[in-house]
Amino acid sequence: MIPLRHQALLVAAADLRAERRTGEVAWVAIPFGVVALLVIPMAIGIDTALLARLGSGLFWVVVLLFGLGVTQRQTASGSSAHDDTLRLLGVDPAARFVGSSLASAALLLGFAGIVGFATVILYDPHLASWWILAAVVALAVAGLAMVGTITGAVARGIGSRTTLAPLLAAPLAIPILLGATQAMEGMRQGAGILRWMLLLALVDSLVAVAGVLTARPLEEAAG
Amino acid sequence: MSPQNLVELAGVAVRRGATPILRDVDVVIRSGDLVRLLGPNGSGKTTLLRLIATLTSPSAGTGTVLGAPLGSATVGAVRPGIGLVGHQTGLRAGLTLGENLRFVAGLAGLPNQAAETALQRVGLHGARHRRVEHCSNGMLRRADLARLTLGEPTLILLDEAHVGLDTDAVALVADLASGVVARGGAAVVATHDASTVDNATRTLMLIDGSVRERS
Repeated sequence: MIPLRHQALLVAAADLRAERRTGEVAWVAIPFGVVALLVIPMAIGIDTALLARLGSGLFWVVVLLFGLGVTQRQTASGSSAHDDTLRLLGVDPAARFVGSSLASAALLLGFAGIVGFATVILYDPHLASWWILAAVVALAVAGLAMVGTITGAVARGIGSRTTLAPLLAAPLAIPILLGATQAMEGMRQGAGILRWMLLLALVDSLVAVAGVLTARPLEEAAG
Repeated sequence: MSPQNLVELAGVAVRRGATPILRDVDVVIRSGDLVRLLGPNGSGKTTLLRLIATLTSPSAGTGTVLGAPLGSATVGAVRPGIGLVGHQTGLRAGLTLGENLRFVAGLAGLPNQAAETALQRVGLHGARHRRVEHCSNGMLRRADLARLTLGEPTLILLDEAHVGLDTDAVALVADLASGVVARGGAAVVATHDASTVDNATRTLMLIDGSVRERS
């Protein structure tokens, strides 16, 4: 069998190729995410100071809600027969977890980039440092991608492909949302953000370990 | 387990909740066997094939497949020796037939050329750029057969593999099964149609979850 790293990259490449064809993220998640950001100012009125203060928080709410949808795309559309094919090929479940998470993270980065651009245009949230923002986004989307992959596997294991996964993912994503929003708020106010960055890194590490360790039992439960 | 016994099931039962699917199944499949598994719809053929494929664990009883005890962690090591074509295609939606076969070849450590050769073998090379969603059921069946030929499995399990296939493709199924048997492996072909798989060396009847050998 080929090395785990190679297996993970093949799984990620197949996921991204399928996404390029179906365009679920490009033609569904991104437009709806931007529309969500667009309608909020209409609901709360054109108060530029208020919008600037709310901007980063609303960005993360949209990334969380629509981003979890992005990570669940295979839970909804994947077939159990294809899962069987991968199992019989001897693909390591941990490699599948890593590969699927990599693909989701790449898609979420693209999603967050476009939605972030829309946030800057619509809300002008006074960002102090683009480099720190990039680091926060990278840590947060990595965590969301892994949470989505794990909860998708749990939903498959209990035979609930579409309905349960977002409900399972939302509570697990709360520490990520907290870390990301507080880091952005700290950056806006010129306060220290190290502890929030550490929280994001810690959550990512824990989720990564949990994902690798639970990948095999979750896969077998899905059979 | 003697070396020629590829599958041994003893007193195996499978339940879904309170519903028994298989009960007290005793089956031995040896190298060189081409088994026709007959049974009406809902008799448990698919569950038995998934059990032999190590994808379902027994609720009771014991069994080994290619030497690995069912339900143990060691089944992962023998799975690449098992090929299964089920009711649904095992191909990935969103990808073309060629991409699917190259994906499988890559995971099996084979070059892309192996995927092209497999598609040619089942007469689908001309359709290699077609997406899975745009293929007919018969094309998907052929592509699944091509997928099986990539890994050269020791044990192949075909679940109603003749459904939706034209005459040429039915001959492909027979060739595939015969090829595995000739290599010292075994094939199990589940069908509800007793007129198919006329080159079978054994016939098992599955009725209401129980298996009987038909001489």
